[in-house]
Amino acid sequence: MIEALNLVKRFRDKNRGEVRAVDRVSFQCRPGEIYGLLGANGAGKTTTLRLLATILEPSEGTALVAGYDVKKHPEKVRSSVGFLSTATALYGRLSAEEMVEYFGRLHGLDEPTLRRRLDGLFDRLEMNDFRDRRCDKLSTGMKQKVSIARTLVHDPSVMIFDEPTLGLDVMAARTIVGFIRQCRAQGKTVLFSTHVMSEAEKLCDRIGIIHGGRLLAEGTLSELRGRYGKQDLEEIFVEVVEQ
Amino acid sequence: MRFRNIGIVYRKELVDSLRDRRTLISMIVVPLLLMPLLTIGLGALSAKLIGQAMQETPKVMVLGGEDSPRVQAALAALPDVSIVPAQPDYAEEISSKQIRAAVEIPEGFDVKLARGEPMQVKIYMYEGDLKSSFGADRLQKFFRDLRDRAIRERLEARQIPGSLIRPFEIQQQNVAPAEKVGGAILGGLVPYFVILLCLTGAMYPAMDLTAGEKERGTMETLLCSPVSRTHLVMGKFLMVLTASLATAVLSITSMAFSFGMGKKLLLGMARGAADAALQITITFKSVLLVFIMVLPLAVLFSAALLAISLFAKSFKEAQSYISPLMIVVVLPAVAALLPGVELNAALSLVPVLNTSLVSKEIVAGTYHWKYLALIFASSCIYAAAALAIAVRLFQREDVLFRT
Repeated sequence: MIEALNLVKRFRDKNRGEVRAVDRVSFQCRPGEIYGLLGANGAGKTTTLRLLATILEPSEGTALVAGYDVKKHPEKVRSSVGFLSTATALYGRLSAEEMVEYFGRLHGLDEPTLRRRLDGLFDRLEMNDFRDRRCDKLSTGMKQKVSIARTLVHDPSVMIFDEPTLGLDVMAARTIVGFIRQCRAQGKTVLFSTHVMSEAEKLCDRIGIIHGGRLLAEGTLSELRGRYGKQDLEEIFVEVVEQ
Repeated sequence: MRFRNIGIVYRKELVDSLRDRRTLISMIVVPLLLMPLLTIGLGALSAKLIGQAMQETPKVMVLGGEDSPRVQAALAALPDVSIVPAQPDYAEEISSKQIRAAVEIPEGFDVKLARGEPMQVKIYMYEGDLKSSFGADRLQKFFRDLRDRAIRERLEARQIPGSLIRPFEIQQQNVAPAEKVGGAILGGLVPYFVILLCLTGAMYPAMDLTAGEKERGTMETLLCSPVSRTHLVMGKFLMVLTASLATAVLSITSMAFSFGMGKKLLLGMARGAADAALQITITFKSVLLVFIMVLPLAVLFSAALLAISLFAKSFKEAQSYISPLMIVVVLPAVAALLPGVELNAALSLVPVLNTSLVSKEIVAGTYHWKYLALIFASSCIYAAAALAIAVRLFQREDVLFRT
């Protein structure tokens, strides 16, 4: 479960002065649900997700993630979250196994549990062929799988994906989309951001449209269609943003 | 749990860094090669050059003196100089190193010498040129001997004892042990290199573990882990410190080994010329003490480098910040090499310079325990401050996500 409560993030910018990258954003994302944060570049998607993953600290407001307050118990929040973005790269000089192992240890897993999880993940994601290969020698698709294994090693109840398919080819993107659906099937709370309308239409149970740091509209796809009298998500998005 | 997390981060950084060729070069290859190269290589080269210069028979020119066959003949009979025919452009020939020196004999030298009239003999040389000074020295020795002999003969003719003009003799004798003499000559250089290598050893990993991670996008991945940022930065710091100390330990070891080897090698080659400089005995006690004194300095360097490169967005930016730091460190280390810079209470508080000065003394076998304690304590305070700054910076979002 994710519950954002009036989240605000202010930055100081040399040219623009104080900037509100996230402005009073509130929403809920329930277990077994995929919530899509839809917005253009610079809309505040990444900052919102970073606040929820406790990589950044909110200036005002707070959020409850897996029952923990992001301000009071950031470490507990991170223990319950799997965070994946195009910015979360792999250590090139570690092997695929060492990479996942490292994060398992950082999450405090004991050795027998870690071994069990590693074997399970490497079987499930078909990664055994490149288990010992260094991450910098892997193809994009293989790297994606290692990143997925890294986010899953501690079996988090909440998954946060920041534009996970950005810059990926069709096959690698399909792996990710399939993986997001699997997470929902397992009853995990899934939050993901995108600027690709078709991806949001295909995947999301509920959609939030974010622009200029503010959440302007939210609902299921059919609710949004009904509210704005339009079928195409792109048309809906443009209308919401222009209002 | 706390130390476990720091340990996990440290172990990963160690494995990661040891797989990086650039870290290996700065941490292991440079100290292992640089020290023998400096001591044996440079020492052998200078000993060889001095030996060669001493063995050469310098070409000298005798100007004038055609009316003084006695002095001409005596000069020609000198075994360790070779007389070349006089030329009017002798100054040019000395400058272009065609000849090493020239001597100008005044008119009627033999006659005036016999009569006891005052005259002046001029020796021309190339100031600062080793071979020229050897040539000029030999000419000067010849004329000094000649003068002394003339004085003795004149005194004897008047039946005056020699002690009249030499009421007493002056003798200068070294009482400092050989290791201290050597220490004063080479001792300044040793800590200078150890300190410098301590810095260079930490430089690359510090940049790689911070700015490098930002650039490669692994910093955000790492920040997703539940480990607190203080523990993350401590793990990274310990790795940078390991690299710094490994470089220092390897350079001290390789230095001690090179001195041992170099001494035997060079004593044979230099034929006694560089004896004093090579009479350096590095004891285990002094090595250990230098290491202990360098320890807080290594912490200071590691933490400072980590803090500075953490601020940078990319590896390149980190390099441009750190290059000026090299000068900041090299200057006080070099200052310790200057003659006359002696350890005192005020200098004991200047970071880098204090360690450099005290290490020089340690290598030379002098132990000022009061200063040692003061320097160790002040270095520890600077190191703790730098580490605190690095830890604080790692908590700041505007530093970690600087765009």
